[in-house]
Amino acid sequence: MPITQYIFFFLTFVAIFSAILVVIDKNPVHSVLYLIVTFFALAGHYLLLNAQFLAAVHIIVYAGAIMVLFLYVIMMLNLNKEIEPHKKNIPKFAAVIAAGVFMLCLIALLTNAQKGMLPAAQNENIGLVENLGKVLFREYMLPFEVSSILFLAAMVGAVFLSKKEIN
Amino acid sequence: MLIFIIYKTILVLLVFLISLGIAAYSTYAERKVAAFMQDRIGPDRAGPFGILQPIADGVKMFMKEEIIPTVSSKFLFILGPSLAMLTALMSGVVIPWGGHLTFGGQTFPLQITDINIGMLYVFAVVSFGVYGIMIGGWASNNKYSLLGALRASSQMISYEIAMGLALVALIMKTGTLSLGQIVAQQGDGLWNIFYQPLGFLIFLICAFAETNRAPFDLPECETELVGGYHTEYSSMKLGFYLFAEYINMFVSSAIISSLYFGGFNIPFQSHFGFDGNLLSLLQVVFFFGKIFFFIFFYMWIRWTIPRFRYDQLMFLGWRILIPLSILNILVTGVIMMRHEIFYYLSNIF
Repeated sequence: MPITQYIFFFLTFVAIFSAILVVIDKNPVHSVLYLIVTFFALAGHYLLLNAQFLAAVHIIVYAGAIMVLFLYVIMMLNLNKEIEPHKKNIPKFAAVIAAGVFMLCLIALLTNAQKGMLPAAQNENIGLVENLGKVLFREYMLPFEVSSILFLAAMVGAVFLSKKEIN
Repeated sequence: MLIFIIYKTILVLLVFLISLGIAAYSTYAERKVAAFMQDRIGPDRAGPFGILQPIADGVKMFMKEEIIPTVSSKFLFILGPSLAMLTALMSGVVIPWGGHLTFGGQTFPLQITDINIGMLYVFAVVSFGVYGIMIGGWASNNKYSLLGALRASSQMISYEIAMGLALVALIMKTGTLSLGQIVAQQGDGLWNIFYQPLGFLIFLICAFAETNRAPFDLPECETELVGGYHTEYSSMKLGFYLFAEYINMFVSSAIISSLYFGGFNIPFQSHFGFDGNLLSLLQVVFFFGKIFFFIFFYMWIRWTIPRFRYDQLMFLGWRILIPLSILNILVTGVIMMRHEIFYYLSNIF
């Protein structure tokens, strides 16, 4: 077994283990930290697939920016057991059933999936910034620009929402 | 393969030890520079000219009583300073410290790894550096610590944006994200500072803010927040936080000099007639000269310029530096595409 396979299994274990802990840990701050660990394991998977740019951006955007904001909100609210609202049983059951059905769907999907080779074996340079940029700006120019407009709209919306009303 | 692994291990250890050594002596230099600026003598008791002061400080840090607040999460309390130290040391991996040495027909580059997303790697490490402070501040279970951590992290996040945008213009000019290639490009031509003066200024200001140095040292504020995020820390854990700041200073000085000041290149190096290993070693010396200048610059600024107020800091970050860096990108783009633009304009008129 090549060493990348060992790394793959290790990363997968870390990802799944910490993802489960995100859900079952009582302390919300710990949950966020486990989620960050999950993101790092996923970034490792991207590296195994030779998607270096994606791995770096994944860490910068998710672990470095979005999760910091998560931590902010949770730390400022200072959630703990005493003030946690007591949830009724029906939503809990509904959540468990929905998640179970979703898991069944995923398993059903993945059992039929092909056990293909890693794309890494096909093209080593597939995930480099240059190649990604060429693909994005040549073949997928329009979707790229449209999504940038979407981001712009989200940014303007966020600024607008946080702005004090001027009368 | 074995030689490769041994060589890389030695290099990693060397960079690690040099980072620690320079960080230790930066604390001494800081106090000496402060003393010089304020017409004092500074530390002069430990050894000649007080040269053993960092060792004395280190021993003092180790010997101090260690206090862990009982109500806080112990694991996270220890994780905080460890993460701060880890992220401070991680960026040194992609910095090219010199050319390459040749022994027995084999070349050994003086850069641990030249990954082609080098700048993004540095950026990912910097953006991860927020966690050491945030986790430490939260795990202290102290309002001052939490507020200090929030200040530090919001400051770092805000200035990361302007820093990234300033880098975008530089990357447009160089066409690569690899630090090794960026430095190699500056070997023959002009340094990047002459192409990107505004970008350099923005990057420098953001580097000051990212390292929480004066005039942006607001997370630590005696009158408002006691010691900021490390109020509850004592002994070597406090030492780690303080030490991480100096390592960050060293690494950011190295990155500033590689990005904008030619890295290890010596001006007119091809005319001196040095070659091979001698040139590489001279380059390393020259590179460290540049780094020391920037570390001195950090201290110089700290002891001459008063600090900002927090709202002024946010104003500067969001409403001055970010628009300026976007303008910088625009101007860089126009200059890069000037021939095409002239061509189109001459077709129209």
